[in-house]
Amino acid sequence: MAALMAILKRDLALAYRQRAELMQPMLFFILVISLFPLAVGPEPKTLQLIGPGVIWVAAILSSLFGLERLFRDDFQDGSLEQLMLSSTSLPAAALVKVLAHWLTSILPLIILSPLLALFLHLSEPMYWALLKTLLLGTPLLSLIGAIAVGLTVGLNRGGVLLALLLLPVFIPLLIFATSAVESASMQLQYNAQLAILGAMFLFSLALAPFAIAYALRVSQT
Amino acid sequence: MWKWLHPYAKTERSYQLCQRLLPWFSVLGLTVILFATVWGLAFAPTDYQQSEAYRIIYVHVPSAVLSKSLYSAMAIAAFIGLVWQVKTSFMAMMALAPIGATVTFVSLVTGAAWGKPMWGTWWEWDARLTSQLILLFLFLGVISLYKAFEDKQQAGKAAGVMAIVGVINLPIIHYSVQWWNTLHQGATIMKLGKPSMPPEMLWPLLLSILGWAIVCGAVFLLRMQNEILQRDLRRPWVVALANKSSTLSEGK
Amino acid sequence: MTVLSVTNLSVVKRDRLLFENLNFAVEQGGLLYVKGQNGAGKTSLLRVLAGLVEADSGDVYFCQQNIKDDRENYHQNLVYFGHKLGINLTLSAVENLQYWCQQHQVNISVDTIFHTLAQLNLVGLEDIPVANLSAGQQRRVALARFWFKQEARLWILDEPFTALDTQGIELLSIQITKFLGGGGSVIMTSHQALRLEYPTDELILEYRI
Repeated sequence: MAALMAILKRDLALAYRQRAELMQPMLFFILVISLFPLAVGPEPKTLQLIGPGVIWVAAILSSLFGLERLFRDDFQDGSLEQLMLSSTSLPAAALVKVLAHWLTSILPLIILSPLLALFLHLSEPMYWALLKTLLLGTPLLSLIGAIAVGLTVGLNRGGVLLALLLLPVFIPLLIFATSAVESASMQLQYNAQLAILGAMFLFSLALAPFAIAYALRVSQT
Repeated sequence: MWKWLHPYAKTERSYQLCQRLLPWFSVLGLTVILFATVWGLAFAPTDYQQSEAYRIIYVHVPSAVLSKSLYSAMAIAAFIGLVWQVKTSFMAMMALAPIGATVTFVSLVTGAAWGKPMWGTWWEWDARLTSQLILLFLFLGVISLYKAFEDKQQAGKAAGVMAIVGVINLPIIHYSVQWWNTLHQGATIMKLGKPSMPPEMLWPLLLSILGWAIVCGAVFLLRMQNEILQRDLRRPWVVALANKSSTLSEGK
Repeated sequence: MTVLSVTNLSVVKRDRLLFENLNFAVEQGGLLYVKGQNGAGKTSLLRVLAGLVEADSGDVYFCQQNIKDDRENYHQNLVYFGHKLGINLTLSAVENLQYWCQQHQVNISVDTIFHTLAQLNLVGLEDIPVANLSAGQQRRVALARFWFKQEARLWILDEPFTALDTQGIELLSIQITKFLGGGGSVIMTSHQALRLEYPTDELILEYRI
């Protein structure tokens, strides 16, 4: 347990020391979303219509950037193999690293979301729905994303491959999250969508750590 | 119970099995597919709703059915390879992947072609076509991941994990896209009317599905042999095989 | 008493058979020196022995137990030093070693870490990011783990003397000899001739096409 806390503290400390690198996905998030009013015109009704989808797609793309650094440094400097040779359970360690990643790469995006909801003229009920979907859905991005990152960590040009592998898998998440926000915009209930997101989250929380650990072992040559 | 399968974990035995099965699969497959396609395209009765345009189903439906079966087969091969560490299973998985991708692509093109007389547009985001598009991406993802690795054993395991992640997601993707489609009810709903198909239309359809399956099987056997030869290039049995066939051709 | 034994080990890398049907054993207090050309498979062998990579066929036994069956026990008794140093360049030497000790269940005080780093001639360099140290100094930080995990019974070292100056080589050699004398076992490779005053077994791997 203390060993796992040590992993969390280390990853948080490293993220803080490399915070310049962490700013990049956040800036990308804001930039991409800002492109849309420029592309489709600033008419509030249009922006409100495409808003939830745009914010979620931008969140998915930004998270892909942040995911790349999840195991990269540890793999390259050998810390990962030393971790695999330690007494710490690899699935548990992977889960802790994913948590650290979510806190440092994705939580900032969620904190920025009110600003972006403002940019896209989302109404208040829409924003609350968006926030709930982000809180339930983004951990899914980190967990499933980590599996693909674990598989590609040893490759040189992992970047676009990561997107190709993960985007199809994230489509159900996208569908249910945006549908929840749209329902909110029409003053309808969206508990069903949230329940499905919650179920997907719990399912991946249970299984992903083992898949991530396996993926990391596959990457060792 | 599965002891009879154990020899096929060796590449040489699997190669020989493919060699033995290939003539049967190729001849039978081509015969059935030609027979069924000609029957469907030329001789099956005209549909009262869609007239002649519906005939594309004799190509579209088999390709759609096979795209999903091939992905499942690929995932099963991945599972066997990962759980029991069988090298030939990973080879089978990668032999299946491009066939699956091609068949999915055919289903997309024929599905779109079917849409033109029906909806007037070359593409509609209906549930089925959208699902097939995502399936194509899943296939391409597995293939790209495999090609990205130089060590093919590593490549097999990595692609295997992705194939399994994909197969777990397939039903989720399928139902979420279907649900998404009902939310955004667009132009038309595509009714296939499968249960109400008269036998004169149904039989050529079933036969063409069978024909496609056997032809895909034949292509798989060919690809499997290639995969085995490529990986075992330096093994003595492959060298002996190459020498044997070169002496045979010289003897002529 | 046999600490590590290997039966019918075959390792394939990138579809090339590195070696097959390898059998050997390392006793308590034994030193095994693995030799061979570049590409012969020394590093792959050591990584298979450490349990990081799976062999194509064959088994590795630690104290008569297959390492696949009791991975945790094996790793508690093992220290591995490979081509990658295993230290993070953004953290300091002390932070790196503290983290390593925590993961490997080694209870050690910060003072001991400082003391050991001083023995390794790294005084004044303990608290700065490791990226600011020279290659040889970084290597010495990574080697410090051999001073910490006292209960380990097996050390596996892959070319540990690379980039070390004569003083560093001497420090490490003394530490290895001390470990062997205390009943520990060592498997290592090196491109330089081993100058350890200790009976050495040799395993020579040949380059196969």
